[in-house]
Amino acid sequence: MATINEEQVRHVAHLARLAVTDGEVKQFTEQLEKILEFAEQLNELDTTGVEPTTHVLDLKNVLRKDEVKPSLPRSEVERLAPDWEDGQVRVPAVFE
Amino acid sequence: MSLFEHGVKKLHTLVKDGEVKVSELVKESFDRIDKVDGKIGAFLALNEDAFEQAKRMDDLAKSEGNPLFGLPVGVKDNIVTKGMTTTCGSQFLSNFVPAHDATVVERLHEAGAVTIGKLNMDEFAMGSSNENSSFKPVRNPWNTKHVPGGSSGGSAAAVAAGEVLFSLGSDTGGSIRQPAAYCGVVGMKPTYGLVSRFGLVAFASSLDQIGPLTRTVEDNAYVLSAIAGHCDMDSTSANVEPTDYTKALTGDIKGLKIAVPKEYFGEGVTEGVKENIRAAIAKLESLGATVDEVSLPHSKYALATYYLLASSEASANLARFDGIRYGVRAEAENLEDVFKLSRAQGFGDEVKRRIMLGTYALSSGYYDAYYKKAQQARTLIKKDFDDVLSKYDVIVGPTAPSPAFALGAQIDDPVTMYVNDILTIPINLAGVPAISVPAGLVDGLPVGLQIIGKHFDEATILRAAHAFELATGGFQLPKL
Amino acid sequence: MNFETVIGIEVHAELKTNTKIFCGCSREYGAETNTQTCPICLGHPGVLPTLNEKAVELAVRAAMALNCQVADETKFDRKNYFYPDTPKAYQISQFDKPIGFDGYIDAEVDGVTKRFRIERVHLEEDAGKMNHTGENHSVVDFNRTGSPLIEIVSEADMRSPKEAVAYLERLKEVLQYADISDVKMEEGSLRCDCNISVRPYGQEKFGTKTELKNLNSFGNVLKGLEYEEDRHRKLLLSGGVMRQETLRFDEAGKKTVLMRVKEGASDYRYFPEPDLVKLVLDNDWKEAIRAGIPELPDARRVRYQEAFGLSPYDAKILTTTRETAEYFEAVVAEGADAKAAANWTMGEVQGHLNKSDDTFETLKLTPVKLTALIGLISDGTISSKIAKQVFQAIIDEGVDPAAYVEEKGLAQISDEGLLRGLINESFDAHPEVVEELKGGRDRKKGFVIGQVMKKTKGMANPTLLDELFYDELAKR
Repeated sequence: MATINEEQVRHVAHLARLAVTDGEVKQFTEQLEKILEFAEQLNELDTTGVEPTTHVLDLKNVLRKDEVKPSLPRSEVERLAPDWEDGQVRVPAVFE
Repeated sequence: MSLFEHGVKKLHTLVKDGEVKVSELVKESFDRIDKVDGKIGAFLALNEDAFEQAKRMDDLAKSEGNPLFGLPVGVKDNIVTKGMTTTCGSQFLSNFVPAHDATVVERLHEAGAVTIGKLNMDEFAMGSSNENSSFKPVRNPWNTKHVPGGSSGGSAAAVAAGEVLFSLGSDTGGSIRQPAAYCGVVGMKPTYGLVSRFGLVAFASSLDQIGPLTRTVEDNAYVLSAIAGHCDMDSTSANVEPTDYTKALTGDIKGLKIAVPKEYFGEGVTEGVKENIRAAIAKLESLGATVDEVSLPHSKYALATYYLLASSEASANLARFDGIRYGVRAEAENLEDVFKLSRAQGFGDEVKRRIMLGTYALSSGYYDAYYKKAQQARTLIKKDFDDVLSKYDVIVGPTAPSPAFALGAQIDDPVTMYVNDILTIPINLAGVPAISVPAGLVDGLPVGLQIIGKHFDEATILRAAHAFELATGGFQLPKL
Repeated sequence: MNFETVIGIEVHAELKTNTKIFCGCSREYGAETNTQTCPICLGHPGVLPTLNEKAVELAVRAAMALNCQVADETKFDRKNYFYPDTPKAYQISQFDKPIGFDGYIDAEVDGVTKRFRIERVHLEEDAGKMNHTGENHSVVDFNRTGSPLIEIVSEADMRSPKEAVAYLERLKEVLQYADISDVKMEEGSLRCDCNISVRPYGQEKFGTKTELKNLNSFGNVLKGLEYEEDRHRKLLLSGGVMRQETLRFDEAGKKTVLMRVKEGASDYRYFPEPDLVKLVLDNDWKEAIRAGIPELPDARRVRYQEAFGLSPYDAKILTTTRETAEYFEAVVAEGADAKAAANWTMGEVQGHLNKSDDTFETLKLTPVKLTALIGLISDGTISSKIAKQVFQAIIDEGVDPAAYVEEKGLAQISDEGLLRGLINESFDAHPEVVEELKGGRDRKKGFVIGQVMKKTKGMANPTLLDELFYDELAKR
């Protein structure tokens, strides 16, 4: 496993949409490095042919009938929204 | 004397017979909070309507058959409550008032319990000391210089301090059991899938479970009976019929087969804890249980496995906090900055660290090495439990490696902090149920005995915990 | 240098369910903004998805209708990315175990049938809708968020824009026939993104591709791809290097416009959705779904030729849309002659629908009424000419054909005795005409027929009249 450098930390922060200061980049790099070093021990395990566990219970086909239930009143959406314009949630423009 | 000393069963009779009014119980909660919460910091918000609700309920009490009717409950602040702020201990959600109730809250309300308020916690349930609350730390009622544990620190401290009769917490890697142990109360993490997660703000979806924190094992069984059972809103909820867990509390554990994993008495577990837990195991043996030492060989990999899996899931679960539809949006000129600044300003360090770790573990080129590897390790850890539990009724050991540590003692080093969860994490990975029950004091601070059971066999761990509690005297209120 | 064009297409089709894929909100199109949302589809803290059974069945149906292998076991994954129209900042989709894979459809291009392979069909949730209302901001409507979608990914099998459109038309037809999707591009229930590249003939390696997004009609797919094809060729010929770009088609300017340059692959950090359990599609379930698939166009075409004796051309026209085919079949089911039903459906009925706002649903000419109208013609009650007048009256006012013919006196005169009498009246009044006719000058027939028609106000049954004319002339 590779250890992590500052450039990777900046990239990960971007993927996670976290603004980071230079100080934080340095700090996260050190801390993540430590944690990842600790995680290295998993390499001792031979996991050849071992199925990954996503769910501990063996449930399958949990389905819902296609029946309409009441939606929220729009006023509730508006109440929570940080910015609102004429029935819609307002956000700064997307720059492509 | 506090009314809460009676416990659920007796209080139910008193309420039904009109000897204690619901409004008196609620007043008792509020009075106690007034008196001690300045020192403890367990509550983030109080239910302003609670007293009015209680007064309306006073007249109905006589005809009420539900044991929880009129009893005051505190709810961890990552469980959504309609019309009551739900912050998850985070600045990001400091203004968030949910539009719906969690299933567990609905069920408690149907049972007649009265929500007193919302309980402090480590931000988004990430932490073992409650120092990661972005509002204020919680202090241990046994010694206010010490932490109450986490992340359900408020839930454990509020019960220990007599502020509510019982509370709800959530447990992803030990977040109910470890603070229960630190605060000297009973805390149950049910089998994954027994209690609905609908309305629990997700940290790690495949590990999270809601459970009760109470003064006694019997109270725990009452509360669990009220909240457990299948929920249509949670696809991972098991098809389990409502059960009355109090029926399991026979006091008799003769012939109970107990396994004690040697790994749970290893390096890092303090001598004081070891001593208390060995004494507790001897006590169980004296009650007629048989005890064998066993091995859970993959235990040492649980911590790394947990941090990779939980952080990965968290990185996605916490992505919805983007400042678009609710929560606190940062002032910014463009969309990218709305995302980045809202999240940077809304989240604390520990949350950011885990989001970073999880994002990295899932990112292109690292998925197999970290995430998939950890999922495979999880399979092996789970198999350890399956193997032992196919031969034994319960697994017993300490809940935490040490009693509550002092505030500020461990906060700087994440890996050291994570080690506090080393004895609770494997249980979440295996999805089995476990309870922490008080097992004496070390240097004036409580120690917890952890009893782990088979999938959906909460009845047996409650029975064992109950028998132990009867034999050892049970709940003590700390001097505050 | 000669170039070969390579096109691959991703289609998103919204499934025809009542509710969204993971919550009980209605997914009906056209509601007021943000009135069909709930904590679940808005991604509030603490909510969980619950899977809509109908959405699963329609996705399986789509996989089957597109000749795919259907997975025995499948699951959902989270696709992580931040965008205001994606509330959870991840889309629940399917990554490594799509519901359907290795399918194909056959489509005709310039008279030749070509097979286009389908790589995969998977189930996922739709995003909300963003509108750019001002220079500095956008607004978001979450009504569409969480609507069930299937994504159908083709192999890069199309070699021309025309083939791309042929593939899309066929795909749309199948989705519509199997009742999987409304496939309305104008409402966004069918959307397509096309990848196009060109390479010198004989070269195995694909050229650098560009992606055309937000194409809102098949016409624009064709124009957009043709424009890109041309642009790629010219650039390569002039020695330029293609960039990997995402573009949209500007309808007014008739050209493609750059949206963004792609830098490396996106990192979506897919991982299995822990909030949903696995989906096991056993044979019983699959067969039940298969049995529920309405007859697809190919099968219908064959049946129309075999059972009704229609021409391949007619069979194709009648199956252009499912509504047309069902209307036609309803008319036949009422007892009308199939050929006549086909002619009316393809001719007058389609003609009317094309030039009006009517649809098969609103059409006043119900299959029962068209059958009655056809009956009036075939039993000689009215002429084809009159039939058109009756048709219009039904279309306009929904009149009952027989009653209307009766009321307006539109029935033909088929009374033999009466017609023979009128013919002889005319012969008697114009002996010179009879002479000429007998002398073989057949064109004078028009004169006699005209006189009879005049006396019957044009209502004489023309076929019968013609027959009786010769009969009576022979007697002279």
